[in-house]
Amino acid sequence: MATQDEIKFLANPNIGSQKKKYCRFKKFGLKHVDYKDENFLIQFVNEQGKLLPRRLTGNSLKFQRRVSTAVKRARHLAILPFVTDLLK
Amino acid sequence: MRHYEVTFIVDPVLSGDEVKSTAQTYKEMLTNEGASIVHVDEMGLRQLAYPINKRSTGVYYSIEFSAETGNMISKVELALKRDERIMRYLTVSLDKFAVKYYEDKRSGKIGKKVKKEKPKEIPYGAFNNSNTNSAPIAAPIAAAIPVIIDDSEE
Repeated sequence: MATQDEIKFLANPNIGSQKKKYCRFKKFGLKHVDYKDENFLIQFVNEQGKLLPRRLTGNSLKFQRRVSTAVKRARHLAILPFVTDLLK
Repeated sequence: MRHYEVTFIVDPVLSGDEVKSTAQTYKEMLTNEGASIVHVDEMGLRQLAYPINKRSTGVYYSIEFSAETGNMISKVELALKRDERIMRYLTVSLDKFAVKYYEDKRSGKIGKKVKKEKPKEIPYGAFNNSNTNSAPIAAPIAAAIPVIIDDSEE
């Protein structure tokens, strides 16, 4: 009898099964997005400083809207750049 | 009662006292107009993400205040706009969650970062305890099983 350890797969069976995305604001109970918190907002922009879509971040629509306003406010105050390269 | 917050960047070329007096004038202006100042956050000299007026750094100030009406805001914003010492400003109205967030931040709870780290730390401690407890129990069982298998195979 082959034990569980001896079974070998040709391809990694975990490939293709996506981790379920979740809204981190709902999960951790965050209710406010601070536009002065640079290190927090940087998670929601890509290397060029563009906002990441909901498709990638998993945010709910409500908090994606708040993130986008917070990022735009941060850009106005020169906390985040409008355009750049190699932000991360 | 409405809550507002005005954040502005002061020119870093000014001396330390001049920067402080600039912030003080706006604090006084707000109180004179009937607002009560909740907190003044001096974020200090920071690197700007992009140059403004050929300056690469700026002194950030953030004044949180509450008032019955927001009538004085246009007045204060006009003064900020005309002031050459101010590089940028932004006035924002705060909802109840924002007010609570700033309160927590000031009292040291710091909503975001601490909350995320705490759940991580507790499981680590729990795992360590369970390992130390289970290790002595598991060892005798592991030792016992091979003996039985050896007998049956022979």
